[in-house]
Amino acid sequence: MFRSLVLPEFLAKIDQVKCIRCKRCIQNCGWSVYSWSGDKVLIDTFKCVKCLRCYHYCPEEAIAILDNPVRYRNNANWGFYNIRNIKKQAETGGIPLTGMGSDMPYPVLFDSLLIDACQVTNPSIDPLREPMELRTYLGKKPAKLEFEKGKDGKQKLKTKMPPQIKLEMPFIFAPMSYGSISLNAQKTLAIAAKELGIVMNTGEGGLHEDIYPYRDNIIVQVASGRFGVNPDYLNAGVGVEIKIGQGAKPGIGGHLPGEKIPLDVAKTRMIPIGTDALSPAPQHDIYSIEDLRQLIFAIKEATDYAKPVSVKIAAVHNVAAIASGIVRAGADIVYIDGFRGGTGAAPSIIRDHLGIPIEHAIAAVDDRLRQEGIRNEASIIAAGGIRSSADAAKVIALGADAVALGTSALITMGCTVCGKCYTGNCSWGITTQKPELTVRLDPEVYSERLINMIHAWSHELKEILGALGINAVESLRGSRERLRGVGLDAQTLDILGIKPAGR
Amino acid sequence: MLTIDAKGVYYRELNQKVREVVSKGEKEILLKNVNGQYYIGDGLQGDVKITIEGVPGNDLAAFMDGPTIIIKANAQDNIGNTMNSGKVVVHGNAGDVLGYGMRGGKLHIRGDVGYRVGIHMKGYKKQIPVIIAGGKAGDFFGEYMAGGVLILLNLDNRDDRHITGDYLGTGMHGGTIFIRGNVDKGLCGAEVSIHEPIKDDIAVLKGYLAEYCADFNLNLSDVMSGCFKKIIPTSLRPYGNLYAY
Ligand code: SF4
Ligand code: SF4
Repeated sequence: MFRSLVLPEFLAKIDQVKCIRCKRCIQNCGWSVYSWSGDKVLIDTFKCVKCLRCYHYCPEEAIAILDNPVRYRNNANWGFYNIRNIKKQAETGGIPLTGMGSDMPYPVLFDSLLIDACQVTNPSIDPLREPMELRTYLGKKPAKLEFEKGKDGKQKLKTKMPPQIKLEMPFIFAPMSYGSISLNAQKTLAIAAKELGIVMNTGEGGLHEDIYPYRDNIIVQVASGRFGVNPDYLNAGVGVEIKIGQGAKPGIGGHLPGEKIPLDVAKTRMIPIGTDALSPAPQHDIYSIEDLRQLIFAIKEATDYAKPVSVKIAAVHNVAAIASGIVRAGADIVYIDGFRGGTGAAPSIIRDHLGIPIEHAIAAVDDRLRQEGIRNEASIIAAGGIRSSADAAKVIALGADAVALGTSALITMGCTVCGKCYTGNCSWGITTQKPELTVRLDPEVYSERLINMIHAWSHELKEILGALGINAVESLRGSRERLRGVGLDAQTLDILGIKPAGR
Repeated sequence: MLTIDAKGVYYRELNQKVREVVSKGEKEILLKNVNGQYYIGDGLQGDVKITIEGVPGNDLAAFMDGPTIIIKANAQDNIGNTMNSGKVVVHGNAGDVLGYGMRGGKLHIRGDVGYRVGIHMKGYKKQIPVIIAGGKAGDFFGEYMAGGVLILLNLDNRDDRHITGDYLGTGMHGGTIFIRGNVDKGLCGAEVSIHEPIKDDIAVLKGYLAEYCADFNLNLSDVMSGCFKKIIPTSLRPYGNLYAY
């Protein structure tokens, strides 16, 4: 009898000559691939997800994790995962889950965009010698400014500024809830956000008491499950975000299974232990833009109009019109998550086939808001597959104010984008609640790595701005004249509002 | 008691005023001539009692944490959205989406309630949210309910509609619904089952209904004399087998 007809994806191998029987691989693997036979390490390769924890912790470099060379017969139509998923469904009857952003080979438009640079006729700026402004304010900007004479005879600003979130650089951390990631992972984000002068986002899992001290660097999220939401929570950060959708699973709800809700997560979400934490697909108090407006203003009332309210949506076909509605509903920030955005758990069929890329979405939304004369009414955050500072610069040039980073931040904590977050076994202690795994992620140590990476991106961004001959990231926003497309068709160029290279 | 005349006052100023006097320690407020103003009591904390004359607008008591609001007339949609604690008493009918995601506190409605009442109500530790309506309810009563208690009384039986609408308790995975009268299994979601209340249930019901009857000057034994059905989820994890890992 066979064990399973689902082919293992990977082949974990130990060089028995090099192996010193230290058993570190057994301790480190979150998926229990290894076990001890009495004189050597046994391997259950069916369970391996190629997270590479064992590889890095083997002192003898005795471990190799290979892609399983046994594949189904080559077929240009029936790919490995088409066949594998059907076999899995035949064995379980379930919907195959996945984690992280889509790994399907849809064209990545960022890789067909190139940024301009100064030569001869206009001078570039050296960011090492000259000031370069990355500071970004998120929130509604007044259409015009009025001044009046103060008592001292000096001109004073008369216009009352709507509340703003101040960022020292145009990056924020994407919402990741306690429950989907570990508390140590959230702390890592919080420490880094504070140090960097940017913000993290609680996701929809409530706010753990350990994160409360970072209140100047937190956006709290309100989603359909309303987990952990009360007046104190709404006022605990610098902004409030209403989550309508997520790029990896537009239009579907969230579902944290009961067995992954230990005491502390239940406490933070304010739900009983062991029940499923279901976030219904829609928020059942929002069926229209008018309803959304009601919730936006209910939150503004509850926070005394002191905090910007953000609305997060997935990038879908009609995103421009929807974003316009959101701005008109009173949102101060529109957060748009492209279909390649990450997730802790999503049905793969949804993740890989619904939504649109962030590049198209930001260009379309920025266009629409400008045409309607309301671009100043809200800031735009772009998320969903930002892999480098170049992607960030490109999406800002397409119209975003700031970018949200999720996967890239987790990679600094050890994540190898293995995509198995939904199992709750993450060997790196990121997407798991098992205490023996989460202790590995020391927030003090890993926040340093995260800060390093954001500093590096900021330097790169300054170099890009310098090469463009501008000295503030604000001057890049929506500056599509500074982008060119390579190998893009006329219609795509038109949607992005850019010229082809050479023009 | 402090009286505020709400006639012609925009909701933002009205609520600003309420927040201001509450923060100064006012314990009893009468809002006169209320006419559709939104967000009354929204996010309000403390033990103030607010009595409303007139019909308040949507989103009353959203995120509220402590106060008591008494409405002498009908009320509209979205009362008690994500409410944490406190109480709302409505002497007339109330609209749709009452108590969405409510974690604690009480909504006592004398008359009918609309669609989507008690969706995703929860409970947490000692917090048990309770919604009691004296009339009938629309579709999706208690959908996705995760905790707390929903009680529907059909005291007046004014028309020949069913007591509840369709999709009763769909996706329910916690909490209890009590209905005074017969429940048609065909109207229920697949995730719930209908039971006769046991002795303990009756005691619990009596406790909740005593307070309700006191609010509306009703006779408790008359109300208790009806035949109740109890609806509970068949599983805390209705979608446990949906996924392949
Ligand atoms: S630690 Fe990761 S790579 Fe190593 S055997 Fe376990 S699952 Fe595979
Ligand atoms: S967070 Fe962990 S489980 Fe998820 S992709 Fe990264 S390494 Fe894998």
